Amino acid sequence: MSRIKSAFDRLNGEGRKALIPFITAGDPDAALTLPLMHTLVEAGADVIELGVPFSDPMADGPTIQRASERALAKGMTLRKVLQLVVDFRKTDVKTPVVLMGYANPIEAMGLEKFAAAAAQAGVDGVLVVDYPPEEAVAFGAAIKAQGMDPIFLLAPTSTAARIEQVAGIASGYVYYVSLAGVTGSGALNVQAVAERLPLIREKTGLPVGVGFGIRDASTAARIAGIADAVVVGSRIIEEIEKSTTETACANVKALVADIRRGVDEVKQ
Amino acid sequence: MNQYNFPDAKGHFGPYGGVFVAETLFGALDELKAAYAAAQVDPAFRAEYEYELKHFVGRPSPIYHAKRWSDLLGGAQIYLKREDLNHTGAHKVNNCIGQAMLAKRMGKPRVIAETGAGQHGVATATVAARYGMECVVYMGSEDVKRQAANVYRMKLLGATVVPVESGSKTLKDALNEAMRDWVTNIHNTFYIIGTVAGPHPYPMLVRDFQKIIGEECLTQMPEMAGRQPDAVIAAVGGGSNAMGIFYPYINVEGVRLIGVEAAGDGVESGRHAASLTAGVPGVLHGNRTYLLQDEDGQIIETHSISAGLDYPGVGPEHAWLKDLGRAEYVPINDAEALEAFHNLCRLEGIIPALESSHALAYAAKLAPTLPKDKILLVNLSGRGDKDMHTVAEKSGIVF
Ligand SMILES: Cc1ncc(COP(=O)(O)O)c(C=O)c1O
Repeated sequence: MSRIKSAFDRLNGEGRKALIPFITAGDPDAALTLPLMHTLVEAGADVIELGVPFSDPMADGPTIQRASERALAKGMTLRKVLQLVVDFRKTDVKTPVVLMGYANPIEAMGLEKFAAAAAQAGVDGVLVVDYPPEEAVAFGAAIKAQGMDPIFLLAPTSTAARIEQVAGIASGYVYYVSLAGVTGSGALNVQAVAERLPLIREKTGLPVGVGFGIRDASTAARIAGIADAVVVGSRIIEEIEKSTTETACANVKALVADIRRGVDEVKQ
Repeated sequence: MNQYNFPDAKGHFGPYGGVFVAETLFGALDELKAAYAAAQVDPAFRAEYEYELKHFVGRPSPIYHAKRWSDLLGGAQIYLKREDLNHTGAHKVNNCIGQAMLAKRMGKPRVIAETGAGQHGVATATVAARYGMECVVYMGSEDVKRQAANVYRMKLLGATVVPVESGSKTLKDALNEAMRDWVTNIHNTFYIIGTVAGPHPYPMLVRDFQKIIGEECLTQMPEMAGRQPDAVIAAVGGGSNAMGIFYPYINVEGVRLIGVEAAGDGVESGRHAASLTAGVPGVLHGNRTYLLQDEDGQIIETHSISAGLDYPGVGPEHAWLKDLGRAEYVPINDAEALEAFHNLCRLEGIIPALESSHALAYAAKLAPTLPKDKILLVNLSGRGDKDMHTVAEKSGIVF
């Protein structure tokens, strides 16, 4: 069974919801990524989404763009991201790691080669922002062939037919983007999210994670009341930005632990 | 070749093109596809487009026989399709009118655009003023500095110019930023892409609004020269002026199609923008095509004297025409383009855009190798007024 499925099964048994923090690999430098990953787990992360930096992050807002630029300036590459996962697995064999990024670095390495290397490194799922299901048949097959989960996005604008299409190819979980916009955008409307989820649940039995615009414990609590997982990205990157190399782990730990408390409150 | 019929329903040109965008954009792209499909079969839409092209743009643009220059080169005859005579001074406006009309049909009061040199931004701002639409133009902050006159021109036309500070602060980053604006403001905003790139349906739609160039040539060439040309030559940045003149010729046998890419300091120098000559296929800006990238799949910065050709990708239909062997793509460096620029000024009394000068330079290379009865048709995609500063600087002149 995949690490992602076991994680969700375990949480389900405990009656808890998942917390999925996102950080960009190599931000602010490669040396800090590994300690940050372990910090996320200590603070209560159930799955880690690890961003693979790309020169043209078209779906990301300014915060994650800056994280990508910092990481690339320090020489982060897809190969080095995979090495970070190898290093992470030396001491953590339990926490699922999902790579999140754009198609081109993966295609430059070669789909099959990437899938084999990622599985070998201990990656559990891959979300390619600019691979919608219609362009991801080969990708989905290559990822599944290596025992990993291809993760896909759903949006407020996704029609019933598109949700079905995603359900047919996704595994692990689906990631519902709570608003039309880029990462790090402002206001999240919990009510609007709640209204969309039944349609998604009708089409897929996979756990549903919700992200984009979740910045604090109280929003996390309300989202945990309706979804299976809460995804937090830009807010964590901002915390890293505000910190020094020395204070980053402590600050991120405090922030994520607070959001964890929110997730565990589970307000309806 | 069999009847050419691309893209397919999913926007693919063979392995190229497609829709490589985040799920959040699908609603907008589906809405656009539906609106375009309806407009295509609406005679009123076609009639309005033709009316605008005739009375606002000044079409048809003439074809001109560059006889003195041809004689001097001593080979094939060079004919110029005069897109430089369009209102706003380039081919870009053909596409802007078509897309702004779609925006109007879809009830979107706000249009956005990306621009490099500012030509597409100026054309969009012009058409937005004409239709009473709000207009926001994204432009890399480096380009804002280099193209001050065009920035002012856009402001005169009522547009807001937003400098983009991310990435390399040039055209590709402006395109990223425009996409981000679009996905955030889909309810009231239409994104007018300036070239045959982006996710489906854009490469098809922009081509369709530019194919008027080649269609006019099909009827003008027999009138002017008694027959169709032996080769059609156009500069390729994103590839819209080239697709516009190539497309109606794809099924015409015996006509070579030659796209000219910007080789900057020379392809071997690594400082260039020749994606088809030196790139490899990948995914950027919503489609699969040839890209200039490093071995880790990061997009690399491009270099060309001509800002309009300074783009690391190329429209997916050109990628397909290259693989099919139906079109050839060749590099021309900065120095060669400048020489052609000066020659056209002095010998024909036409100041060409630096982008178009790349196509002219290749024609000047090819013509002497061919007999005098051969005919080359060059798309003179724009006029060079915008390039005065760049060319003067190269000659050591400061205004
Ligand atoms: C006069 C002119 N020609 C050509 C181009 C290149 O664009 P495309 O390849 O889409 O025609 C530009 C772009 O700014 C331009 O201004």
